[in-house]
Formats: sequence, structure tokens, C-alpha cells
Amino acid sequence: MQLMEGEKEKILSSVDEVLSNSSKKKENLITILQKVQAKLGYLPALAMEKIADGINVPAADVYGLATFYNQFRLNPPGDHQVKVCLGTACYMVGGDITLESFERRMDIKEGETTPDRRYSLERVACVGCCTMAPVVVVDDEVEGKVTPTRVDGIMLELESKNGKAESKDDPGENQVTHQKEGEQE
Amino acid sequence: MSGSGSEKIYSKLYEQAKAKVEPKESKARVLVGTATCGVSAGALKIKEDFEREIKEKDLDADVVEVGCIGHCYAEPMAVIAKPGFPPVCYGYLDEGLVHRLVEDFLGGDDPSYEYALAALERNDVFPTFEDFPRGVYEQKLILENCGFIDVRDIESYIVREGYSALSKALAGKPAEVLEEIKAANLRGRGGAGFPAGIKWEACLNGGADERYVICNADEGDPGAFMDRSILESDPHLVIEGMILCAYAIGAHKGYLYIRAEYPRAVRHVQEAINQAREKGLLGSSIMDTEFAFDLDIFQGSGAFVCGEATALVNSMEGKMGMPESRPPRLASKGFRGKPTILNNVKTFAYVPFIINRGADWFKGIGTDHSPGTAVFSLVGKVANTGLVEVPMGTTLRQLIYEVGDGLPNEKEFKAVQIGGPSGGCLPESALDVPIDFDSLHEAGAIMGSGGLVVMDEDDCMVAVARYFLEFTQHESCGKCTFCRLGTKHMLDILNDITMGEGDEETLSLLKELAEDVRDGSLCNLGKTAPNPVLTTLEYFYDEYRAHIEEGRCPALVCRNLILYYIEPPKCSKLCNVCVGSCPTEAIFTRDDGLKEIDQEKCVKCANCLKACPPEYNAIVKISPPVLPPEKEKKTK
Ligand SMILES: Cc1cc2nc3c(=O)[nH]c(=O)nc-3n(C[C@H](O)[C@H](O)[C@H](O)COP(=O)(O)O)c2cc1C
Ligand code: SF4
Ligand code: SF4
Ligand code: SF4
Ligand code: FES
Ligand code: FES
Repeated sequence: MQLMEGEKEKILSSVDEVLSNSSKKKENLITILQKVQAKLGYLPALAMEKIADGINVPAADVYGLATFYNQFRLNPPGDHQVKVCLGTACYMVGGDITLESFERRMDIKEGETTPDRRYSLERVACVGCCTMAPVVVVDDEVEGKVTPTRVDGIMLELESKNGKAESKDDPGENQVTHQKEGEQE
Repeated sequence: MSGSGSEKIYSKLYEQAKAKVEPKESKARVLVGTATCGVSAGALKIKEDFEREIKEKDLDADVVEVGCIGHCYAEPMAVIAKPGFPPVCYGYLDEGLVHRLVEDFLGGDDPSYEYALAALERNDVFPTFEDFPRGVYEQKLILENCGFIDVRDIESYIVREGYSALSKALAGKPAEVLEEIKAANLRGRGGAGFPAGIKWEACLNGGADERYVICNADEGDPGAFMDRSILESDPHLVIEGMILCAYAIGAHKGYLYIRAEYPRAVRHVQEAINQAREKGLLGSSIMDTEFAFDLDIFQGSGAFVCGEATALVNSMEGKMGMPESRPPRLASKGFRGKPTILNNVKTFAYVPFIINRGADWFKGIGTDHSPGTAVFSLVGKVANTGLVEVPMGTTLRQLIYEVGDGLPNEKEFKAVQIGGPSGGCLPESALDVPIDFDSLHEAGAIMGSGGLVVMDEDDCMVAVARYFLEFTQHESCGKCTFCRLGTKHMLDILNDITMGEGDEETLSLLKELAEDVRDGSLCNLGKTAPNPVLTTLEYFYDEYRAHIEEGRCPALVCRNLILYYIEPPKCSKLCNVCVGSCPTEAIFTRDDGLKEIDQEKCVKCANCLKACPPEYNAIVKISPPVLPPEKEKKTK
């Protein structure tokens, strides 16, 4: 994925900041990666190289870890992140069909981000409310019983949010409402 | 300082907590369930609604966040406790109902029983959950306080005798704790059922100057959420259990390994740790004794294999989470090379109860070889989904039909999946198997860490086996050839079968591979990965055969073996709903006014089937995917 303007600087300064606040031991590598991802939303190749330099391990080790663990993402998150639950209960009631509907609507595959970085799509395992399967998490807000028909509705809502955000006349609009999980430390 | 100091400290803590909590609990309170499942159903909004309505009416009532009370099917839900009334639980809340409850019950004196699910204390007016059929079978122990204590307030735990087991233990010797756990035959709840006492003793005898206690809250089974619910709903119970373990084995440092995807659990546990430190229950000189122990959270990064003991330790050390061959066991050489105890969330949660009530009491629950209770997240095609706790020895039938209230929509039971990706699918004939470590193992499933998924006639067993295998294949760490390549080969075969390809030989090859992977893998991920395949092959062989011999998926699930079809006599012709619902514009109107599906364009998304109004119900799935000859046209 192409870096955006100003992104390089942000990556470098974020990595510097995290590294200067952590002890530079290999044992801390996962925690460091978690912190950098918390700042940038993902782990760009550049960040991984810098981290490898910083704690003096081969870059391949850092890539290895980042690809081993599901939590780390190598693609930037979209402005809107859609996560489709494919835990057992959701899969059994057609979660995969819901995922496919999103793939079709966004024209990307699971794990990818649209080139304009508006949307990213992921699959997750059980988000803990199987009662409402199939479940989709849209920008940290959980939605239950998402049929493929509802997928169109969700996309329309997101598109209209985009429109509003661009016209910038209502800055409060993009605030995610009640169900947003607090940022984790 | 002597032990009895701890008991003095405890009674002070208790009195303080009581003085603070009692006035709060003597006025009207609304307890809103805000565990993950409640939150996803909109509980935070419901909480705001209560707060707003109460403020508007200027009433004196507190709104409190509590965890999961187990009846997740009725979310969002809340309990209203008002002096003079039994506490009453309401489910399926919305803004209107909240308005009404505040006005009539909190403002007036009408508990609006018509909207209540159950009362929580016995009374003359309204039934309690224990009066439900499930009440006979349920026995809440480690879930007892879930949904009733204020999750963000340690005092709410202390007034329910929280930390009294710790004070009791600190007044005695560490060996007494160990003896009690050994005598209770507490078996690990993370899957394998290894006796915790024996493990603790080995760790204690492991020499070394330092030891660690780690709580496994990785919960990788993609269909389970018990451990998270417990951490979200009653974090101090697990913390107290860990402190007791540390005391028994002489550890000074412990970690909770919680997956980062569980932000709410992480937050609640962190708050609980901070509060316990403030009260002198963690840190140096706990309860004014010489015993020192502290806890931190390590956030796991989401790899199923990291739930395995040695992989978990590797990942905590900043390495890739790959399992190692054992021995040495963690108890002799674990985290940072030191003797380490790793137990599941639930295993630790039982410890305070056993210390308080004694090993004999614990052994009085459950079966001879599996004492205590079993906790499950009951999901899938069952009416009452949620978190359930039953004594070991309860049968699967009782659990599904009495506690879970059977299958919804009058569908027929097909299978129950226990133990997630390492477990198996059991058929109707196995429903009378009692739930305990050994009986489930004999039946081909495992206790696992407690996900229980009920499946009905609409679920395809081949697809289910494929689903779990895809999961384990993806999660295999790649260290062993059989696990890495064997599961891949099996997955390819299963993919073929879902497309109707293969023959008898394919099935025997699949079975052979499954046995090879089972026997040739290093860790239990590989060793148990074939279980879903082996059990479905054993119990549902006919379904496999239908796929390969007739190209038919009996449950109408496998998409390459079905097609969608509009039955001409049933279609209303006029409603047009299906046309708009189709994402690929596959449905068109024919010259005779009927709708038809262009099979070339159809992506089998089921939209139209769900959209077609129930009074017509004109769209069906057909397997094998052969269009029926059209009678209509000829007769016209
Ligand atoms: C692939 C794999 C995943 C596992 N995941 C978990 C888990 O999520 N939680 C857990 O407590 N144990 C898990 N275990 C079992 C642990 O290795 C270990 O046996 C357990 O944590 C010990 O605790 P217990 O004795 O209290 O059950 C897993 C094992 C394997 C092989
Ligand atoms: S059995 Fe599989 S997951 Fe376990 S060590 Fe071997 S390759 Fe890794
Ligand atoms: S199944 Fe989906 S793609 Fe096929 S006709 Fe129906 S709505 Fe269209
Ligand atoms: S929705 Fe059903 S009844 Fe209506 S046109 Fe389509 S197939 Fe016919
Ligand atoms: S399987 Fe999707 S929420 Fe549990
Ligand atoms: S999470 Fe709310 S009742 Fe289970």
C-alpha cells in the first residue's frame, strides 16, 4: 500500500516515541509492536524496519512475529472498519455469506483496505454475542443479525457518513455513538 | 507479623465495604448487564435511558453496571432492586420499556410483572429463575455473582465475602491451601482436566528462587466466551484465586494472559488489579503479612496456538508462539525458565470457594472423578443461549433441552459440538452422555474450555468439519510436518467433498490422514485437530456419502451443490421484493410475469429467499443443483 503524504514522518516519530518509552529488549517486542499499532492503526514495513534497528534484531524476526499473530495488521485500516464475525455460531448462520456480500460491495477481499482507504474488511472470531449471530462490527459498533440485505443498508449509511464528513459542515456527525468500546491502552 | 493479623485486616475491610455498600443497596438500584453481549445488544444506551429517565423524574435510584447473568438470549436486560420488592429481572429492554419501568416501578409501586423475566429472590408474587425448568439443573458457583456485583467496585465483591478466603488462608500455612486443593481434586478447566493440586505441588517442589503464576485467558475457541464473561463480570474472583495459588506455591509475581481482542475484560481486570493494590490485597505485605505478590496483564495477540502452555510462555517472552516438546513441564521450567503455574480462568475461580467451604463440600458437587461444576457458553440452534453452569454429570440432553429449552422453530436436533476445534460433533444417540472429563473423552469429544454449539437439520456436518479444520489449519504454527501439511491436505479433500467430488476412497484417505495428523503432531492443536472430522465421519457418514455419491447436500448448505429456484405456482408475480434484494441483478421478470433466477448470475447469497414474503415463500433451495422441469408452461 502506497504511503500517504506526511505518513512517513508520522511513522518515524511514532516508532521513536514508543521505543524511547520501552526497554529495548527482545522480550518486549510484542508489546512494542502493539503500541506502535495502537498509534498508527497498522504496522507499515517502514515501522517494522525501524523497530528492528531499534532493538537490534534482524528485520525478518519482526516480520515473522507480525505475520504470526493475527492481531497485527499489515494494511492500513480504512476510515471505516468492518469486521465480520466468523466464529462458530456466526458461521453456522451464514456469516460467510455476509462477508462475501461486503467483499462484493467494497470490491476488496477480506484482510484488505480499499485503495482510497475508505474501507477495510476483516474477519474475526467470536466477538462474544453469538446470541445475535451473524454479527458484524462496524467501526467498533456491534450489529447483530446482519443478513446480506442489511449489508447494503450498512454500506449506504457509511457512504452517507463519508459524504457528510467531506462537506465538513457537521463535524460531530462522524462521532461513533453509544456502543463504542473505549480505546484500549 | 502473625496470620491472625490478616483476619483483623479483613474484618476491617469488610466493615468498610459494608458501610459503603449498604446505604447504596438499601435504596432503589438498576443493575444493567454490560458484559460484551449486553453491550452489543445496546446495553449502554439502555443505561443512559435509565439515567436520563430517573433524572427527569428526580428519583433517588442508582444505575449500576454489572456483568453477565447468563440469560444472554434476552439482552439487553436489567435487574431492578427496590426496597420492599423482590429484585426483578427484565429482558428485551428498549427505550419505551425503560420509560415505563422508571415511571411505574421506580416512580410508582407497580413492578410491571408482565414484562419481567423472573424475580431473583423467592417471594409470593412472581417466579424466580430457579422455578424455571432449568433451575432444577443449574447450579451457579463461579457464576454466582456474575451479574450482581458492580464490576468496577471492589467493595461490591468484598461484601459478598470476597477476599475472605485469602484472609483465611493467610492466617494459616501455605501448605494448607495446597492440601485443600489437592483434596478437592480440582481439575483444570482449560481442556485437559489435569488436577491443579498435583501441578501446584510439582511447581512448589521445582526448586528455584522464583516462581510464576499465570492465568490462561487466551480463550481461542472461536465459539466460546465463558472466560471473558467471568473476567468482565467478576474479575476479583479470579484475582483472589491467583493470589491463593501464589501463596500456596510461594510465587511473587503473576500475569493474566488476556487476548487483546477482549478490551473490556482487559479494562475491568486492570481496574480490579489497581483497586486490589489500593486495599493492600496485592503488592508487598498483603493484608499486613509478609506475603508479597503482584499481578500484571499480558495482552495476547490472537493466535489460537498461544493458548497452549509452552507457546503461551514463548509469546510472553517476545518470541513466536510455538509449542515446545514437553517435558520439561512448565511447573519445573516455565516463564523465564522458572517453575510456573498456568491455569485456566475458571480453574482459579473455584479456588476461593474451595478454601472457604472446604474440599469435602466441593467433592459433594458433580461426579466422583470430576467434582464441581461445568461452565458452558451455550450457543447455536438452542432457544436459551447464554452462559450456563451445571454440576458435572448433568447429561447433554438435560443441558440442551432443560437448561437451553430445546431447539427453536421446531427444528430437529442433529448434533452438538463440544470442545471447539479440538472437540467433536456428537449425535442424538450420545445425548445421554454425562458431562464430565472422562465420559466426553470416551464419546470422542472433549470438555474443552466450554463452547457448546447446538446444530439442527439445517446444518451440514461436512461443512462444520471443514469450518473447524480450516480454522486449525490456519492456526497451525507450522512446526510439525503432519500438522502443517496433513491438515492442509485434509482441508483440500473436505473442500472437494463440499463440491461433490470424491469417492469412497477419498473418505478412507481422509480418515487415514486424520489419524496420521493425530499421531504425528507435537502439541494438542495438531493432535486434536482431526477430532471434528473423525467424529463427523463416524456419526454422520451418510452425509459425506450424499455429497460425493449424489452430489447432494442434505442440509442444503454447501453452495456448489445447491441452487435457488422460484417455484412458479407460489410466486405472487406482483410483489417484486426479490428483484430488489438481489445484489447481482440475477432475478428477472419473464414474459409470463413470473420471476426467474438467472443461474449464471446468482451468487447464492440467500437474500431473495429471506426477502420473499412469508405468505408466498416461493423461493427454495434445491440439491443436487438441477432445475426441475417446468410443469406450468406446458399446462398453459
Ligand atoms: C491449541 C491449544 C489451545 C489452548 N487454548 C487454551 C485456552 O484458550 N485457554 C486455556 O485455559 N487453555 C488452553 N489450552 C490448554 C493449555 O495448554 C493448558 O492445558 C491449560 O491452560 C492449563 O490450565 P488448566 O489446568 O487450568 O486447564 C490450549 C491448548 C492447546 C493445545
Ligand atoms: S501440532 Fe501444529 S500447532 Fe502444535 S506444534 Fe505442531 S505444527 Fe505447531
Ligand atoms: S440467491 Fe442471491 S444472488 Fe441468487 S438470486 Fe437470490 S438474491 Fe440473487
Ligand atoms: S419475492 Fe417471492 S413472491 Fe415476490 S416476486 Fe419474488 S419470488 Fe415471487
Ligand atoms: S460466533 Fe459470532 S459472536 Fe460468537
Ligand atoms: S452477557 Fe448479558 S446476560 Fe450474558
